[in-house]
Amino acid sequence: MGAPEFQTPPLKEYPVIPILAKDAMAGSRPYVASEKMNEAIGFPGKLVEGWQARAIAKMGELLGKYRSLKVFLDACVHCGACTDKCQYFLGTGDPKNMPVARQELVRKVYRRYFTFAGKYFPRLVGAEDLTEAVLEDWYRYFNQCSECRRCSVYCPYGIDTAEITMAAKEIMDSVGVGQKYTNEIIGKVHRLGNNLGLPGPALADTLETLEEEIKEDTGADVRLPVNEAGAEVLVITPSADFFAEPHVFSLIGYAKVFHAAGIRWTLSSHASEAGNFGLFIGSYEQMRKIALRIREAALELGVRRIVVGECGHAWRVAYSFWNTLIGPFDFLDPRYPAPQHICELTDDLIRRGAIRLDKEANDARVVTFHDSCNVARGAGMGGIARGQFIIPRRIIQAACNHFHDMAPETIHEATFCCGGGGGLLTDELTELRVKGALPRMEALKAVVDEHGVNFMATICAICKAQFSKVLPYYRFDMSMIGGVHQLVGDAIRLGRND
Amino acid sequence: MAIEVADKTYETDEEGYLVNLSDWSEEVANHIAESEGITMTDNHWEVVNFLREYYNEFQIAPAVRVLTKAIGKKLGSDKGNSKYLYELFPYGPAKQACKIAGLPKPTGCV
Repeated sequence: MGAPEFQTPPLKEYPVIPILAKDAMAGSRPYVASEKMNEAIGFPGKLVEGWQARAIAKMGELLGKYRSLKVFLDACVHCGACTDKCQYFLGTGDPKNMPVARQELVRKVYRRYFTFAGKYFPRLVGAEDLTEAVLEDWYRYFNQCSECRRCSVYCPYGIDTAEITMAAKEIMDSVGVGQKYTNEIIGKVHRLGNNLGLPGPALADTLETLEEEIKEDTGADVRLPVNEAGAEVLVITPSADFFAEPHVFSLIGYAKVFHAAGIRWTLSSHASEAGNFGLFIGSYEQMRKIALRIREAALELGVRRIVVGECGHAWRVAYSFWNTLIGPFDFLDPRYPAPQHICELTDDLIRRGAIRLDKEANDARVVTFHDSCNVARGAGMGGIARGQFIIPRRIIQAACNHFHDMAPETIHEATFCCGGGGGLLTDELTELRVKGALPRMEALKAVVDEHGVNFMATICAICKAQFSKVLPYYRFDMSMIGGVHQLVGDAIRLGRND
Repeated sequence: MAIEVADKTYETDEEGYLVNLSDWSEEVANHIAESEGITMTDNHWEVVNFLREYYNEFQIAPAVRVLTKAIGKKLGSDKGNSKYLYELFPYGPAKQACKIAGLPKPTGCV
């Protein structure tokens, strides 16, 4: 049982708007969540009786609750500026992957039930009933949007298309049409504290193994503490950092930074996940419940600072939403940002000379940086304009001698999604993920050819897992992808700083 | 979904992972491996057996570094790395080896 058969698109020298391929991705459909998975997180198990009326009522509820949603549904003038900005459209050519067409799946239903013209003259204004076929289209095509918001950057009205995708997912969940990957994972977080389903004893065992490995490699007693009350810093990081490669190299990097700087830190088995898939399914309640574990752990352990590890959407949730979701953070040390990103912490230590890096340790690497969508377009860093672009690059350049950015229209706020964000990082969507990575792969190839780049650093667990999987489809080595703190960990001086 | 091995039927999920962990046997493992295009060797069994032992103790598959360390000890340090594990299980040691070991698929950003 391998992945479905498909052709990896050829890498072109420069991006070309594809010829339309109608219904090319109509077969792309993630597994639906089982009744058990949906019910475990408080959603109806399967498609409910009278689902249509309930879905429309839910849409009305969301329109009343989120003024932005109504504005975004009303404001689009179909100018088409977004059409060629989506990596899934560029990679698949399916016209329904044009952001305006994807949103139209919701808009036509909105017009039918919530606008005067749509109620009385539906055919004149392109309004449509919410039928089973429309619902099916929603399930397929809103699961082909990674909520990366690249299209929003180019929208003259500033429509946040991700919010429309999230609303569609929220409506679907409310009538019993949940997606397996996201909903199973959310259930695991509620039960065990992390996306992996890693129980506390397994976490402790894993961290112990890592401590032994670092000791063998470096001779230093670098610690990876868990549940240590009284620590200064609580680190909240994606559970993939404990489990997978290359993620774990960044975890080792954080540990070395704390060791070298002499900061007492701890992980928590109660809040052993930075990721918050509640965002992906547009559920405020799920998002809040997931995030609350972090507040509970911080209070329980009596820490003074909360630092977030390399996880893209976690940083968006932490930076943009934690304050109202789980704040106030008046129990934390006011001298530090609350929350703080691990890159802010490391950058500050480097600039103050509190840790030292030997760039030569990374001389075999020629590095580029992939901006992760939720960090680039959904958050900031360091309290400075464009800090989320500047700080990770500043760290990389402090850790490496060879750094080259990819083309300007593919980085910073114009960055392409890795292709696996928003709850799409699941094997049955491999074709979508591979094709959606095309624009990034083209930009990568250009710096590989021109500068000999052999390492793409990023600060997101989804990006790392996604690229590990798709790089080989484009004939790149999977070990080309890694974390910013992987580079830091390899370059940092662990002995005395003088 | 289901698989059939020696006239017996075993329930699996959409991706072919066993639903009931207690359904696992060496015959079932061989059958799953075959459908994945893998011929089980002694070294494959070392990995699969370690996964099952670890799962019995911790209710989760081991992290990649825990696995590589254990395999390095058993098969020699030149084999204690994920590159070797990918040689054994080309679709990824975590997912493919778990499937053959009858364990649930690791979820999350992995």
